[in-house]
Amino acid sequence: MKKIIKYVMSDILQNRIVLAYTFFLLVTSFSVFSLEDNTNKGLLSLLNITLLIVPLVSIVFSAIYIYNCSEFLELLVSQPLKRKTLWLSLYTGLAASLSLSFFMGVGIPILVYQPNKIGLIMLGTGILLTCAFVAVAMFAVVKTRDKAKGIGVAILLWLYFSILFDGLVLFALFQFADYPLEKVMIVVTAFNPIDLSRILILLQMDVSAMMGYTGAIFKNFFGTAMGVSISILVLLLWSALPLWLSTRRFIRKDL
Amino acid sequence: MIIASNVSKKFGKLKALDNISLTCTKGECIALIGPNGSGKTTLIKSILGMVVPDSGFITFNGKNILHSWEYRSQIGYMPQIGRYPDNMSIGDVFDMMKDIRGSKNTLDEELIGLFGLKEQMSKKMRTLSGGTRQKVSASLAFLFDPDVLILDEPTAGLDPVASEILKEKIIAQKKKGKLVMITSHILSDLDELVTQVIYMQEGTLQFHKTIDELRMDTGENKLSRAIANVMLKETS
Repeated sequence: MKKIIKYVMSDILQNRIVLAYTFFLLVTSFSVFSLEDNTNKGLLSLLNITLLIVPLVSIVFSAIYIYNCSEFLELLVSQPLKRKTLWLSLYTGLAASLSLSFFMGVGIPILVYQPNKIGLIMLGTGILLTCAFVAVAMFAVVKTRDKAKGIGVAILLWLYFSILFDGLVLFALFQFADYPLEKVMIVVTAFNPIDLSRILILLQMDVSAMMGYTGAIFKNFFGTAMGVSISILVLLLWSALPLWLSTRRFIRKDL
Repeated sequence: MIIASNVSKKFGKLKALDNISLTCTKGECIALIGPNGSGKTTLIKSILGMVVPDSGFITFNGKNILHSWEYRSQIGYMPQIGRYPDNMSIGDVFDMMKDIRGSKNTLDEELIGLFGLKEQMSKKMRTLSGGTRQKVSASLAFLFDPDVLILDEPTAGLDPVASEILKEKIIAQKKKGKLVMITSHILSDLDELVTQVIYMQEGTLQFHKTIDELRMDTGENKLSRAIANVMLKETS
């Protein structure tokens, strides 16, 4: 398993797109932190950028990468290797290298300007988000044989999680405005890793006061250690579940 | 050594393999012959575990191959179209395979030398011609000195010199008592190699005979003539 992870990682870390991604994150983070004299504000801007960019790059890059290494997979499947090992190594390689570039790009500036609890939570959720979206990409790819279709599905999934989901939730909120939905909303956020990360980080800052009654309920849940651990658990589940499903599918796939 | 029992596989509506049963023993060189799309490659891929049959099972040395992978260390496989990662060089591919297989057996690098691949080790896989790619695939199949060799269209795309080298190598392996399975459309290539013939059509196994039986039955001495004879009989 280690050997394959080594080959995958050395291949990805030399990839120009990943280098550009790391560089972009690094430049953005430093510029955001140096634009604002209040590092909390800087972190907030950085949050919005990373929550958009990190899932996009993780899901699209992973999807394209897996399609491009289909030859490599085919070659390895005919060798004395377990398919499960192969698939999990591919995941580990992808998730580890993308997390590494996230750490280099966002983690280092955070550790320089904001080395506190909020910064660390942001760093952690960023890495968890990366892992989750790589897993989602693997699930999308294993389900679709056609490359163009698979990448399209990956982009649509990103669009759904970053934009459509919020729209749908907002729509539902307005439709059922007469009912008390505050607690339901906590459950609903679990269905979107991006929203979950956003709320988790926002509530560590002092901006939650601006979110009204729902904000207070959220603060009650996400502000506690219990709430934070549950959210992290749910984020982990977002990597584990798609990964488990895709592995099950890959073991039976005809190559 | 390899026993397939009632193996069937469907791709959508197409029946790629239809209730195939066969037994392959050591020391034989078996030719898999049949028209295009008759299921030869699918059969090979099911033996390698790349395609999972819908029903039936395949055993390798008495063990069911489903969900097992260790048995593949005894197989050398040369695919019909060798596809390798583009940005790796020939040397990288060999190093990686050695690294992954980590075989205790001594490496058989004879073909690498004979094909003149040693001088091209730094060439990237994407720049290679189809023939050179085939040479790499062939060298990889023989590299770990496996007990079973599965060669899918080995001589297609090879120049006459390389194709002769490969044939010599196959004969040498057969003499060592290894099981060799070959699919090919170039029947004249097979004449000097094979001891048994499997003929497939539309996913079904038409017959599995030794070459002598086939010669007797058809009254033809050459394999190409004998197969042509069989094919004609079926159409008439």
